[in-house]
Amino acid sequence: MSDKDEKIAHKAEEFLQIFKKGADFTQDLLKENERLRFRLIELEDVFKNTAEGGHDPDSQQMKLKIAELEREKQEILDRIKQVEDENIDFANRYVDIETENNMLANLYIASYQLHSTLDFREVLQIITEIVINLIGAEEFGIMLLDEKTNKLTAVSCEGLELGAFPSIALGNGIIGKTAKAGDNYFIDDMEGYERDLEHPIVCISLKIKEHVIGVIVLYKLFEQKSRFADVDFELFTLLAGHAATAIFSSKLYSESERKLSTIQGFIDLMTK
Amino acid sequence: MLTYKVLVVEDSPTMRQLIVFALKRIRGVVITEAGDGVDGLKKLSSDKFDLIFSDINMPIMDGLKLVSLIRNNPAYKDVPIVMVTTEGASEDRDRALALGANDYITKPIQTTQILAVAKKLLDA
Repeated sequence: MSDKDEKIAHKAEEFLQIFKKGADFTQDLLKENERLRFRLIELEDVFKNTAEGGHDPDSQQMKLKIAELEREKQEILDRIKQVEDENIDFANRYVDIETENNMLANLYIASYQLHSTLDFREVLQIITEIVINLIGAEEFGIMLLDEKTNKLTAVSCEGLELGAFPSIALGNGIIGKTAKAGDNYFIDDMEGYERDLEHPIVCISLKIKEHVIGVIVLYKLFEQKSRFADVDFELFTLLAGHAATAIFSSKLYSESERKLSTIQGFIDLMTK
Repeated sequence: MLTYKVLVVEDSPTMRQLIVFALKRIRGVVITEAGDGVDGLKKLSSDKFDLIFSDINMPIMDGLKLVSLIRNNPAYKDVPIVMVTTEGASEDRDRALALGANDYITKPIQTTQILAVAKKLLDA
């Protein structure tokens, strides 16, 4: 074999080697391609499962956790709403209790004061104070029934002249009729009212059980007081009963004191 | 516990009792009562008070004179004063405020009114 032939054989050998390497490389590329395709299919499956809520355990757990947290959040929101509603309810109840407390305080004090004395003039003064300070009346009078004449006569007043009050027969006019029936009278419309001593805005019968001993008549309230509150009606009810007993007992006490003093004077005269 | 000393100067026993009744709802409050301005000044000199409630119309010495005397006395000039007035007597009320009264409540009195003004001035 000549040198030329040897060179050609050598080159052919080299080419064959290179070709083999190329074939191996191509083989590797095909394998890698196969592997990557397989991986791609795997990932596509995973992606598909994830998107469709598939069976990936981590994803399932996460979804359960999210659902649980959502439920807890809703529960908390519902609880907050409930607490807010309860707060509003408590605030309303607090206002009601304060109003009730104010009413009870007024009634307690009025009742306490009415029965704190047996002096007739003091009792009238206390009734006057209650009507001014607790009800808020500026012009009013207290009229008592004379059982002999069956007439109502003013014994005390505020903001008016005592002498200006008419003597009213039981059953006559608004005052007389209210006293005869033992009811309370409230004018329908206080706006535009002009004082008329025989036609008050309020007339309260002072009663011991069904026995009327007099009336309280109101003609004018304080400027800031345009209408009566619930507490006022409670006070009127209290005055109707307690003021009547206080007036009646103090009158009886005064009479008994006077009689006792007369008898004592008589005994002293007899024994000296 | 903090204690607050309050002087109530009012000639009407009904009103005095109502004010005292309302003030007793404030924790730690100690109340002293006086029947007129002179009695109020006597009580004022015997103790140190955090708040004074005073009526305007009183016998012997009225509320306006009392406010004036309190504000002119260095010992009590800073004690808050609440006047008890009637709505119609706005001139008296304005005079009381001009003389140095801090606040006022109008008749007919509500216990809530008394409590609110007392808590505000006592910072209770």
